[in-house]
Amino acid sequence: MAEYIAPLREMQFVMQELAGLEQVAQLPGCEEATADLADAILDEASKFAGNVLSPLNYSGDQEGAKWANNAVTMPAGFKAAYQQFAENGWTALACDPEFGGQGLPKIISTPVNEMWKSANMAFSLCPMLTQGAIEALLVAGSDELKQRYVPKMVTGEWTGTMNLTEPNAGSDLAAVRTRAEPQGNGTYKVFGQKIFITYGDHDMVSNTVHLVLARLPDAPEGVKGISLFVVPKFMVNADGSLGERNDAYCVSIEHKLGIHASPTAVMAFGDNGGAIGYLVGQENRGLEYMFIMMNAARFAVGMEGVALAERAYQRARDYAKERIQGTEVGVRGGPKVAIIKHPDVRRMLMNMRSQTEAMRALAYVVAAAMDAAKHHPDEVERAKNQAFADLMIPVVKGWSTEQSIEIASTGVQVHGGMGFIEETGAAQHLRDARITAIYEGTTAIQANDLIGRKMAREGGATMKAVLGLMQQTLGKLAEAKGEQFAVIRARLADGVAALAKASEYMVATYGSDIKAAHAGSVPFLKLTGIVAGGWQMARAALIAQAKIDGGDADPFYAAKVITTRFYADHILTQADGLAESIVAGASGTMALAEDQF
Amino acid sequence: MKILVPVKRVVDYNVKVRVKSDGTGVDIANVKMSMNPFDEIAVEEAVRLKEAGIATEVVAVSAGAAACQETLRAALAIGADRAILIETSAEEAETLQPLAVAKLLKALADKEQPQLVICGKQAIDDDANQVGQMLAALANWPQATFASKVVVAGDKATVTREVDGGLETLEVSLPAVISTDLRLNEPRYATLPNIMKAKKKPLDTVKPADLGVDVAPRLTTVKVAEPAKRQAGVMVADVAQLVEKLKNEAKVI
Repeated sequence: MAEYIAPLREMQFVMQELAGLEQVAQLPGCEEATADLADAILDEASKFAGNVLSPLNYSGDQEGAKWANNAVTMPAGFKAAYQQFAENGWTALACDPEFGGQGLPKIISTPVNEMWKSANMAFSLCPMLTQGAIEALLVAGSDELKQRYVPKMVTGEWTGTMNLTEPNAGSDLAAVRTRAEPQGNGTYKVFGQKIFITYGDHDMVSNTVHLVLARLPDAPEGVKGISLFVVPKFMVNADGSLGERNDAYCVSIEHKLGIHASPTAVMAFGDNGGAIGYLVGQENRGLEYMFIMMNAARFAVGMEGVALAERAYQRARDYAKERIQGTEVGVRGGPKVAIIKHPDVRRMLMNMRSQTEAMRALAYVVAAAMDAAKHHPDEVERAKNQAFADLMIPVVKGWSTEQSIEIASTGVQVHGGMGFIEETGAAQHLRDARITAIYEGTTAIQANDLIGRKMAREGGATMKAVLGLMQQTLGKLAEAKGEQFAVIRARLADGVAALAKASEYMVATYGSDIKAAHAGSVPFLKLTGIVAGGWQMARAALIAQAKIDGGDADPFYAAKVITTRFYADHILTQADGLAESIVAGASGTMALAEDQF
Repeated sequence: MKILVPVKRVVDYNVKVRVKSDGTGVDIANVKMSMNPFDEIAVEEAVRLKEAGIATEVVAVSAGAAACQETLRAALAIGADRAILIETSAEEAETLQPLAVAKLLKALADKEQPQLVICGKQAIDDDANQVGQMLAALANWPQATFASKVVVAGDKATVTREVDGGLETLEVSLPAVISTDLRLNEPRYATLPNIMKAKKKPLDTVKPADLGVDVAPRLTTVKVAEPAKRQAGVMVADVAQLVEKLKNEAKVI
């Protein structure tokens, strides 16, 4: 039996019944995204993820990517798996049909990508980064650049990288020092060092297309003086064949806590006379182009959180069913039982499962909103969906990744002492999850984006609209029958009230005391995640109950109501406390003098 | 050369099946269903014969309820050219037995005139291992079962079979029925473009009545039960005790 089995039933439910695949399929350009095609795609992707990628997850972690002589060798099996992945067309899933892609919407690519990430997160980073580089080229690149580089990146024959970070320019990209000198022939010579470059070098493909942020000689200081360049590993001739080796080398790779199979490169550009680069778009607008695709990248990392939480849950669940230890509590002299019989193990599994479901529900709903924002014929609808996605993307990123660390840690706990042993595999999920709350903007960066750009700048208008939608769900919960729904409604009502209170405080405080606002921004992001996740779980429970009332005996629906009830009692109840710490907690955060630390 | 490939929709091999509490069968409500793995091997073999320029058309066929369309689409995604669903009611699908399926396939073979039928040796749900053999008998065609290697040349097929004593090689004249064993090939993963193309390939539907076949069951299921639970093992102190137990308790040596 495969070690990772994609939760197809759950994915189909969230796509089709909660996020509205049918509505997406009605959008112009998304007509192919029907339920039967989505099922066929998910089915085949689940086989590939379970049988090809998942078996390389642990071995890839143990072996790790290896560096020698300015080149990286991938762990055993990765090259063959990647080639099969590309040949089978998976790299082209969401790409523009004009460049050879299948052009499928986010609502389909999101669950498929979740499978790659669950099966083998270190592997999945390579196609993910390539996707980001393709989007950057399509946003700003000239036709010539697009024609020369994009088609082979779509087929997966070449991969892409994003070179932003430098030793002194991490979260603060204004400090980028890499420089680009015009050569007078339309090309540039790039000089500088970039660090943390995911898949900066590897042996799975013949060429790597680096996108590099650098400064032109007379560029203004700060973020407005950064331009974007294409720097290929091998020069590409006009006929598409590969030419000389460019002066862009991986001079070492990092030794990391997790994602060991993913080479994190230190890239040296121009140590031997200058790396030849081509300007993407206009001068000094590089960071702007990066930000256009930042949303997609942040969403993708948020999905890593969902995916690792799922993987950790599956492993913990399987272990809890097999591990015999102790007798059932309350049964004197009874037989030894599997630990899943123990109430605290149950609590841990429900905690993992209910949050994973909530995170997935929110993420897929946001994916559908991104599709509507791109494809809806009505401008007002596009804007509405874009605003919703913009508000929720930092939440999907920040909340899902932070929770995935907790969930993977709980997964270790379910295993007891065995969880601390690497061979068990639970520890890898925890180590792999840890980076997700850091790269593509730390949780604090997400939280500041949420309260600043996404709320304060517009006076909290979109958040108010979302709170209004939550009120509508509360109205429907009030009409639902039974104790389960009474409890779910009461807990969600408390959560929504807490979020409303904290939102009002944030918008007001952002203008009057921005330090206080920033001191509470991460708890605020978590609060938003908990309540938005609870809102989607409540919607899911209502849909499930309607099915049950209609005579559908699928146990999936009954389980969904129970999981939602658990989430309401165990997770939504945290909302009040978080709201208090946001509204009242800033003074304590900033009160000690620096020398008292 | 036309190849007909029968495919069956069965409970996915990853699913742990449960016996219905009344002992009438296995509960297949709300569980994941997939193509029978031996049938996947059959589709793969047929598609390889087409890719090698030996076959000209691969037709996948399935008998059962409307949901079998998914299974046929999966066969089309691997590379079959078109599909035929012999659609039964949901109740008929539950009680569809090997003889009825063989008769349906015989009627379809009369219509389609394939030179070769490649089918899985058995389905992983009922493990009957009968349809291919019955079809060969009904059609009065030669049969080569449990194939681990198939070579088609001219109007003959040379088939290596996995038998108890080792490998047996048969030559059969076409048309013939070949049933596939596990080691015949390793089915490919369908590519994304082919999954999308499969949606647009022709899928025709016929009813058993159109083929003049009565699919009423001829066998009665008396009882379905789970295998007995394995007893817990015991640790033996030494080899002598092990030999003693094997001799006197287990009576195997």
